[in-house]
Amino acid sequence: MKRIGIDVGGTNTDAVLIVDEKVVHSVKRPTTADVTSGILDALKALRAEPSAAVKVDAVVIGTTHFINAVVQRRHVQKIGAIRIGMPASASLPPFCDWPTDLASLVNGEIFMLEGGHDYDGRPFMPLDVAGLKDAARKIKDKGLRSVAVCSSFSPLDPSCEITAREILAEICPDVAVTLSHDLGRIGLLERENAALLNASLHDLAVTTVAAFRKAIADSGIDAPLFLTQNDGTVMQAEIATAFPVMSFASGATNSMRGAAHLSGLDDAMVVDVGGTTSDIGQLRHGFPREANAVVEVGGVRTLFRMPDLLSIGLGGGSHVDEDPVRVGPLSVGYRLTSDALVFGGSRLTATDIAVAAGLIDIGDRSRVANLPKRLIEAALRDAWRKLEEDIDRMKTEAGDVPLLAVGGGAFLVPDRLPGISEIVRVPHGDCANAVGAAIAQVSGEADQVFRDLSREDAIAAARDIAADRAVQAGAARDSLKTVDVEDMPIAYLPGNALRVRVRVAGAIADPDLPAAA
Amino acid sequence: MSKVELKTISLEEIEALAVGAWILGTGGGGSPYLGLLNLRRLYAEGHCVQLMSPLDLDDADWVAVVSNMGAPLVGQERLADSRNIARAVRMQEEINNIKFRAVMSVEIGGGNGVQALMAAAHLGIPVVDADCMGRAFPEAQMTSVAIGDLRPYPCTLYDPRGIEAVVTKVPSWKWMERASRKICVEMGSIASTSKAPRTGREVKDWGIHFTTTKAIRIGRAVQEANRRHEDPIAALLATEGGQKLFTGKIVDVARRTTEGFLRGTAMVDGSDADRGTKLKLSFQNEWIVAWRDEEAIATSPDLICVLDSVNGHGIGTETIRYGQRVTVVALPAPPVLTSPRGLEFVGPRAFGYDLDFRSLFSPAAAGA
Repeated sequence: MKRIGIDVGGTNTDAVLIVDEKVVHSVKRPTTADVTSGILDALKALRAEPSAAVKVDAVVIGTTHFINAVVQRRHVQKIGAIRIGMPASASLPPFCDWPTDLASLVNGEIFMLEGGHDYDGRPFMPLDVAGLKDAARKIKDKGLRSVAVCSSFSPLDPSCEITAREILAEICPDVAVTLSHDLGRIGLLERENAALLNASLHDLAVTTVAAFRKAIADSGIDAPLFLTQNDGTVMQAEIATAFPVMSFASGATNSMRGAAHLSGLDDAMVVDVGGTTSDIGQLRHGFPREANAVVEVGGVRTLFRMPDLLSIGLGGGSHVDEDPVRVGPLSVGYRLTSDALVFGGSRLTATDIAVAAGLIDIGDRSRVANLPKRLIEAALRDAWRKLEEDIDRMKTEAGDVPLLAVGGGAFLVPDRLPGISEIVRVPHGDCANAVGAAIAQVSGEADQVFRDLSREDAIAAARDIAADRAVQAGAARDSLKTVDVEDMPIAYLPGNALRVRVRVAGAIADPDLPAAA
Repeated sequence: MSKVELKTISLEEIEALAVGAWILGTGGGGSPYLGLLNLRRLYAEGHCVQLMSPLDLDDADWVAVVSNMGAPLVGQERLADSRNIARAVRMQEEINNIKFRAVMSVEIGGGNGVQALMAAAHLGIPVVDADCMGRAFPEAQMTSVAIGDLRPYPCTLYDPRGIEAVVTKVPSWKWMERASRKICVEMGSIASTSKAPRTGREVKDWGIHFTTTKAIRIGRAVQEANRRHEDPIAALLATEGGQKLFTGKIVDVARRTTEGFLRGTAMVDGSDADRGTKLKLSFQNEWIVAWRDEEAIATSPDLICVLDSVNGHGIGTETIRYGQRVTVVALPAPPVLTSPRGLEFVGPRAFGYDLDFRSLFSPAAAGA
């Protein structure tokens, strides 16, 4: 397999070529305002390498484009919101817990209809088909081009949402439809919020994916395009167009997956030290451990599959203050190569301390030769203490585990830390993001309540559902591995009700890759 | 009806109440978040809630005792709605041919801490500054009115698709729990309920007084300490006369459901002053016993609260997980729960632990 992985970050666009799981080339180019010309620059640089003129099987892009649109309130569109589950939940309609500025940009019209299901799969009320048809006509008359549909307990039984999509397709066939069960888990408001956000990004997703495709075509590459998603797996570009929210947290995930691949370790702590912040997470079976809790995106509560990360204000560009001695959280950021002492600037940074301490040899070492030894030691102690505390905070088990140190500032990680068996540093660790994108797999997930089944049978049933979904998304069935299992007994329900969540992942089905149009 | 002084509760106080009710939930009762959203909406529509002292009730007044019954997980798909709880209250009025003077919560802890406020805002009658638990408990007979041997029926249950049910007569509170739980499960495992109506006299004699104010005070202490970047847990303990039991990190959680309850244990590995020791927490929906080594250092009905060490917010038995940094504190139980008869209903033996209740807050313990 020959794949190109691209990570579009805030400062740099990284691209790597991977042949048979090994990194052959990597390049860094500045990210551009239009994003795509930065991608084109990086691809051209990569293709200029003599051995890179191979036929590429896939291009995988990791991007923060869509989450930025929500956070910055740009390029979001007006949508229709259909809630199915009346007469329950009537007092808390769609958008009820959104920031008002974002709601006013996105809320085109709300429709609340009878239907939905109970926790045990029984229909809650008969589906209001006439009401759905009426809503579809109003959506058409209003000229809305995107709709989100959310029905109660749809992760258990999506039939109401599916019927809604069929009716919308009949009456207003040009409208894009997001169904909440495709995105979320139990938790109506949070799942609905994910669907609403997704629908609001539809036009942006279409234009962005088209621009990515053009950049790839302009660079002379003919290969299908994939986008990475929050859980460290990929989706085909067509699916990414339909589910832009699934890429919201892909950057950090890609770096953790890349670290796992480069080191060959599947279970480890990871710290990705950048210029401004360090992200700390935990790899389990080669994937980032996910946050269990509600995640806020641009002020909206959602339940996305997001990696459980701790971001701390410590990086290569962190300011070092002398009285008292403190490293971060302020940083010179992308001005490191002009502002830091070793690069001729006047701001004492964590990089200067590392050079003075002999941890790394970059810039002009003589410019930090006169730093007091006591200051160097105190600054390193402060940085190490922060890393030690926060890495321990993210550990979920007693005993020593390895720590993968990646990112441009990985030299700030000491060679020994309590609770850590060894510190692993890898070649190409500074491009771990792009590597993570290139090696990403395809996943599927199930999250359901099972009754009157043993725990083992319930988990097996959930795994089968997850596997079918992964294959549907483009995975090779025989390569699938279970990456996450979580079960939670439910209070007050009879029949030993058990909520089970299973996630599986496997290689992109090959050689019959679906051609990306 | 005598003229009494009513105090309007501000929305800011309700925000604090949600924080305080989650702490008083002692791990159970579900999150007050959806109730808070309802109240924000009701206030935006011009409704408000008036708070009434239980001491201002006339003996002959009728008070509606409300709660949302069911699985918190189901409550995440069928969202709390003031109309439903108001309908359960109206059913009681119709059945008994009475008019309620006010409403109160069956429990101040968790999501039910705000149910009575939702009903009050909707119905336009005051909420009584009292409840029947002073915290959260898993079962209907674990209340001050059951300890007081007050009549347990009738109980109304309402389901928004139009199902209305009444348990008209039962021989005991335990039977009320069994019968109403069955109906609740058939309704989709969530129902709005209005328990046996209480007279003003009964609320004065057996209600646990001023717990709404208490929850607001706790929430405020935590919020204000956070705002000032001070220790919210120290602020909580100073306000409520509680005790810090343990500080550490959650290292193991084991859950199982038996007879419909979420039971299990959580292990806390000590840090700071508690480094080198472990605390075991046993739960049945709520935190029931805290063990250091093999010794029970705190038990129900004293309130065992597991708090986020950083922001002081409550952590539920359904949401606790590996790696969380927690501080475990104990708050004193209301006296009615620690009476000999009270302990039969809510003491350690009521939860299957062969332990004598020894309060951390009794005069003897305080002098020790």
